Amino acid sequence: MKRFLYELEESWKIAVAQMRSNMTRSTLTALGVIIGIVAVTLMGTAISGISVGFDKSMSVLGDDVLYVTQWPWKPVDDWWNYRDRKKIQTEYAEKINHIIASTPNSNLVVAVPTSSLMRSMKYAGNEVDSVFTLGTTSDFTVTSTIDCKEGRFFNEIESREGAQVVIIGYDVADALFPSESPIGKSILINGQLFKVIGVNSRQGTFLGLFSWDSMVAIPLAAFNKYFSSKSASDLRPGGSNTESDVRVKVKDKKKLAEAKDELTGIMRRVRGLQPEQKDDFSINEQQAFKSTLDPVKNTIAVAGLFITGLALFVGAIGIMNITFVSVKERTKEIGTRKALGARRRTILLQFLIESTALCLLGGFIGLVVAYVMCFGIGKAFPSFPIQFSFSLVVASMIVSVLTGLISGFAPAWSASRLDPVAALRYE
Amino acid sequence: MSPATTTRPPGPVVIDIENITKDYVMGEEIVRALRGVTLQIRRNEYLAVMGPSGSGKSTLMNMLGCLDTPTSGRYEFNGRNVADMDDDELAAIRNREIGFVFQTFNLLPRATSLRNVELPLIYAGIDPETREERAAQALIDVGLGDRIHHKPNELSGGQRQRVAIARALVNDPSIILADEPTGNLDSKTGDEIMVLLEDLYQRGNTIILVTHERDIAAHARRTIHLRDGLIEMDHAGFIPELDTAVAG
Repeated sequence: MKRFLYELEESWKIAVAQMRSNMTRSTLTALGVIIGIVAVTLMGTAISGISVGFDKSMSVLGDDVLYVTQWPWKPVDDWWNYRDRKKIQTEYAEKINHIIASTPNSNLVVAVPTSSLMRSMKYAGNEVDSVFTLGTTSDFTVTSTIDCKEGRFFNEIESREGAQVVIIGYDVADALFPSESPIGKSILINGQLFKVIGVNSRQGTFLGLFSWDSMVAIPLAAFNKYFSSKSASDLRPGGSNTESDVRVKVKDKKKLAEAKDELTGIMRRVRGLQPEQKDDFSINEQQAFKSTLDPVKNTIAVAGLFITGLALFVGAIGIMNITFVSVKERTKEIGTRKALGARRRTILLQFLIESTALCLLGGFIGLVVAYVMCFGIGKAFPSFPIQFSFSLVVASMIVSVLTGLISGFAPAWSASRLDPVAALRYE
Repeated sequence: MSPATTTRPPGPVVIDIENITKDYVMGEEIVRALRGVTLQIRRNEYLAVMGPSGSGKSTLMNMLGCLDTPTSGRYEFNGRNVADMDDDELAAIRNREIGFVFQTFNLLPRATSLRNVELPLIYAGIDPETREERAAQALIDVGLGDRIHHKPNELSGGQRQRVAIARALVNDPSIILADEPTGNLDSKTGDEIMVLLEDLYQRGNTIILVTHERDIAAHARRTIHLRDGLIEMDHAGFIPELDTAVAG
């Protein structure tokens, strides 16, 4: 054991001396690994960035909230069965809340109605088209975490009265109010004036999914009054582009299944369905959405890592090549070492350590480069999903070491097998 | 150069070779480098192995140095059968029992004298403090106490060979195997090296000298001549007329 440690130390010293004396060669070889590690690491940051982006977007949905919608949140083959379903009406929320209130030990907390459609916003000379405009009640803050940078969400009174107040997302605020605070200013939505009472803090966008940054929220009563089409035509399929649904907060997210069953029962009552009739609504949760998106995410990850892995593979071939060269030019040295008592294992170890040291060096430099690039990208494109983590550093280092071991093995093995007589005679 | 004067009494048998042969396959042909060599070498001997090129001198040296194993025959080193040992066992024998001195010195170019001399001790698993101490002492013993931290390219040829000798000595081996130790040195430096070897012999080391030079072989107390893979002559001391004639 002790001898092994001494040999290890000796091999390490040789490796360092070797790299120093062959500076150019080592640098060029390490460059291959550097490029490989940079590619793999950047891919890794992008993948975890995508993952975090997904999760962040998902968190807007909330993991303890059920969504009552016309269409399920998953691809369906028999779309015609869903098309003719009755639309979800915002009034259901009130009915559901009544039932929740009269149910002892209900798994549900509160139902919140939402309606949405795209509207343009104007303030002074600035205009933004197609802003996702959400009408809801003050209970919305229960189901979604609203984090106001400035101001506040509307309160119960404003909600009930349909006050013309609006909470705007970060990007909307940025576009309409480039150089002043939006709070207290009135913006024009579809010809109606709404007073800005809150600005949401930046959330970041990812693939245009559910970002609060480009949304505005107003009281549902005001939404219905000014934007919604006449109620009857709303119920007809395709009658309006207003999308309504009801979101219901669950008491305990561990009992999501029970809560879902309870809500299904409530909705059947609300819709007045007979026992033999099928549900004509869908109840969704974040998880369902995730399980649709996860395969996509994983495919991106596998494909991305495979392609960038090729770059690392080229680097590994470089290491293997240079280790073979190193074994060849030091054949006589290997012979001498064997004559002095070096075993096969010692020689194997020596060259493995050399190739691994080179890979580690490359990996380390690669990580630094990747980190700087991540930092730069993060500064230049704040919305670009990139996530540099400690586990990524560890993973890169492990990958570097493995690359060194694998690519160095064949040459190191051939060195350890050299016949001492032939090696000593080699010129 | 002064001819050998004192001969030390030989000790127990270190190397016991009986009828060893070594065949090499070269393409279609089988080269019979050794055809049955029997030889005993005792502790405290100073032996010269002579012979023209192609006589099997190098092959015998590789056998004696446990760098290679014979095709057939018996070879015992300090009573241990080395003929059937595998690579790693042979490495251990070489490490502990044999000190090599090569014609081309074979020092690690980027390592100091001290690190070069430490090398066999590293392979022997000796701890760093003892290692350094013993390596430094070995360098002092060969007269290089002031060159401990020099690298080979900062040393003269003679000094390099002294480092190599210190390296051969440092693990206190049973034999020192010197292969043409003066072959790459001018005659004055070569003489100095031979004086050093004589000194080592007088201090109780066993020395096997492989050479084709009569002047060098003349330092030994026993000379064997090889020809065509066989020992042609094995006699005590050095008989100028005889040995000169045989060596050609």
